[in-house]
Amino acid sequence: MSANGIDMEDVSKLLNALIDRINYLIDIKKDPEWADLDELLERAIALRNVQFELSGTEYRNRLERIEDRVSFLEDRVAEKLTPAEIVNIVRSPQRFTLQDILDNVYDSYTELGGDGERNVDPAIVVARATISRRVKNKIYSHQVMVIGHEKGRGEEFRNGGSAKPWGNAKALQYMKVAENEGIPIHFFIFTPGSFPIEDYPGAAQQIARNIYAMARLRVPMVSFISEGGSGGAEAIGLSDMRLMGSRGYYSVISPEGAAAIEGKIREGERVPKELIEKCAEQLHMTAEDNLKLGTIDKVIDEPRLGARRDDFAFFRRLRYEMIKATDEVVLSTKSFKTFRAYALRRKKAEESESTTFDVVVNWSLTDAETKRLLAQRSRKYRDMGTSFVIEPEESSLPGLKDVKEGLKNCYYEARYGLLKTHRRNFQKVLAEVSGEGSVIIRTVTEPVKAAYDFVFPEPERPQRLHRANGVDTQSIFLEEWEQYVSPLANEDRTVTCPNAEKYGCQDLWVPDLYGESCGVCPTCGHHFPLEYQWYLKNLFDKDSFQEFNEHISSGNPLNFEGFGPRLKRDMQRTGRHSAMITADAKIRGIKVVVAMLYSNFRSGTVGTAEGEKFVRACDRARITRRPLLAYIHTTGGIRIQEGTLGVVQMPKCTLAVREYIDSGGLYIVVYDNNSYAGPVASFLGCSPYQFAIRSSRIGFAGPRVIRETTGEDVPPDYHAARNALSRGHIQGIWDRKDFRKNLYDALLHMGSPSLYYR
Amino acid sequence: MAGDINLNDLLRRYRTHPFEDYVVETPHTGRLQLKVEQGQEVKGPSGKWGQKPGTLLFVLERERNPKKVYSRNTGIISEVRTDLHEAFVEAREPVLTVQHRLNKEEIIDRILKEVLSIYAAPQRARYFLVPEIAAQIEKNIEKGVSIKKGDEILIMSLMKRDTILEYDGEPGVIYKVYFQSGQTVEQGQSLLGVCPPAKLQYVQKVVQRIRTEWDE
Repeated sequence: MSANGIDMEDVSKLLNALIDRINYLIDIKKDPEWADLDELLERAIALRNVQFELSGTEYRNRLERIEDRVSFLEDRVAEKLTPAEIVNIVRSPQRFTLQDILDNVYDSYTELGGDGERNVDPAIVVARATISRRVKNKIYSHQVMVIGHEKGRGEEFRNGGSAKPWGNAKALQYMKVAENEGIPIHFFIFTPGSFPIEDYPGAAQQIARNIYAMARLRVPMVSFISEGGSGGAEAIGLSDMRLMGSRGYYSVISPEGAAAIEGKIREGERVPKELIEKCAEQLHMTAEDNLKLGTIDKVIDEPRLGARRDDFAFFRRLRYEMIKATDEVVLSTKSFKTFRAYALRRKKAEESESTTFDVVVNWSLTDAETKRLLAQRSRKYRDMGTSFVIEPEESSLPGLKDVKEGLKNCYYEARYGLLKTHRRNFQKVLAEVSGEGSVIIRTVTEPVKAAYDFVFPEPERPQRLHRANGVDTQSIFLEEWEQYVSPLANEDRTVTCPNAEKYGCQDLWVPDLYGESCGVCPTCGHHFPLEYQWYLKNLFDKDSFQEFNEHISSGNPLNFEGFGPRLKRDMQRTGRHSAMITADAKIRGIKVVVAMLYSNFRSGTVGTAEGEKFVRACDRARITRRPLLAYIHTTGGIRIQEGTLGVVQMPKCTLAVREYIDSGGLYIVVYDNNSYAGPVASFLGCSPYQFAIRSSRIGFAGPRVIRETTGEDVPPDYHAARNALSRGHIQGIWDRKDFRKNLYDALLHMGSPSLYYR
Repeated sequence: MAGDINLNDLLRRYRTHPFEDYVVETPHTGRLQLKVEQGQEVKGPSGKWGQKPGTLLFVLERERNPKKVYSRNTGIISEVRTDLHEAFVEAREPVLTVQHRLNKEEIIDRILKEVLSIYAAPQRARYFLVPEIAAQIEKNIEKGVSIKKGDEILIMSLMKRDTILEYDGEPGVIYKVYFQSGQTVEQGQSLLGVCPPAKLQYVQKVVQRIRTEWDE
């Protein structure tokens, strides 16, 4: 007690808390002059300096006056929080981090593979943790694996929760540990985005690997999003239940990034604040927006200005919600009755805002339950965003399409599934019997074999490539060239090869370059970009390219301002409805399913329509047991104007690819020109066979983003295909002229025996 | 002494004309459009990897292919053929001269390059001086260490295999060691600069004088 009659220690604490609250308001408003916050802060600090000079009552009065003012301002701010202010809340140093969650939500934890700075990537924290619940005065504990981003409390080495590729690799390593041990995983997403570097294992490629693995991870997964920055969030974001803090954000791009793109701001120039605020609003990044879009499952209420490190009530709530979400995931795999009973009880619990449980749920799953879990996960992600797909009804009979699909499935299952397996078994027996070497037995088996072949004729096999045969090794373009010439060739002028200085390339006459040379410099082999139509005409057998689902159309689901007309213009210019072309085609007689992203339509960006078309192409390839070729003429990433609806295409498409590959399919990705960001970090980067056309570029983020995020410049050829190959991101580089031949070789030699032509 | 005269000439040459002139020619025929003027300052390529081109000097158009020619050196345009502006020019036609002012280190480098014989790294590896030579160099800082053809001078260490290298140039005194012991040196980079014994003292004097007296 001090001389003036009040407990100085308590008052100091009160005053410090007040100063924190004022600073927090400044953080949210990002403007110290708003409502004279700076003056208020000065007053509070001044009060601290004179605390021993004032009488107790005077001091208390002044304190109360400041507190009244702060409370009043807090009310005003909370009344209408803009999305940009929510972003500021998330980025405030006073916001809770994973460390607070580990300390307050879990009973105990052991960090794995890291201790502060001693860590392969301190931005990712992995811990084995215990979480417990009280049921009828008894405590029950569960083991979980906690994986999340740690933003750090001003710790520079945490890199603000921006995970490096090896950090994401660490996350994957421990996901597999959890799978092995059969314990659920709790993900906590606190990332502004992944750290955009290409070093092995590669920012994009590692995210792709993570999503690919999570698609079929055999344990329940629950994620909580506070700061969900696009690809970085997806690296540990695919889960069975996605929760989000009410003051968190989940977005395809930072509002600053979107503003720089939308406003066409040049590098180094300041992005206007108003534009950032507008973009934050247009991106629909708040919890409420995301719940409406269906990209998350539930919003966890935070205090009205967001939870801070000392909001223990929030942590209690979070503990309850994490347990409940895991319960729900586990119970949803069990029989319907149990789940309903639980749901009823849960409803009651919610009414009373309780944080206690009536039942204990065992979080381990049987094999059948795991199967159901995976099926549910598949359905969940496949359905994401489908309500925003614009698809005019083709048939007048509503049920006809389903019947047709069903019949088709049965046919292919019978022809290439059942019969083929049956046939293979029969042939094996026959081969074993005849293999005994006895001529007598063979005379017996020959007629049986002949009869069998008559009943079950072998499907038509493509002819093999005969190298000795002169006809086969001739230019494959010979015939086609008489039909298709790139319109780029219709110009009488020359161009300079970009490598002219290095290799002394001659100037190239355009009709020669885009005609006979297929856009390749004869001296150094540099590939000039060609339009996607060239590939349609030169890669596939004549007249074999038959598009499907071309009526599915890109839209403007978030009503992003100014985007509608741009979309319309691209549709008119290309005569197409989306940036994804899906088709059936043949390569030397082998039927393939093709998915193509091309540059002329919104730079080949992926949105709901493109994702849906890709998923359907995967399904078609799976059912018909045909190889799937993803030819990426160009992709600029996820379409930012679709917000998180675009981001969820990453897990959605990867899931479809995973199911296709698991069914024995052959998935080949070929990159051309420029392939960047989201698609590479998901459904493209996960392919076991990725090739690049020479002179193309592959990467996660472009040079400008790298410069702005990491503060370091990158060499001009940083994303070149040859460097991607040296880093192990792709499996090979193909010349354009060899594309068809190499692809045919790949179709013959790669992939499993369950392909239809094997 | 012949060596002295040679060096004096060299020094005088740099004193009267401390520049390096780079003549820029047309790479091929075409219609030329000058983009610089006499006396204008131009910049060479910049950026960590030299990825940002220098100042645009002229554009040469042939077959509707306007080719931009950038300056590869920093300096001042000392001569420019204005008569070629907007005219058709033949290939290898000198268009302008970029005069680059040499600084102290560049002059010393040039003089040393002309006088010394350089022993370059035969391949990318870690290099060490042979212990005897290293010891001698330490002892005789003033006098230098004489070597002749066939002397073992260096140890090249690569993948735990040590190879001893013999000197195969003109006999002389080791004037400069360009690498740190144990450092990885790229192929073709200088390892040792060897000076003919007669010129040694004089070279040292000249370099000393340039260092102290040359004003830039």
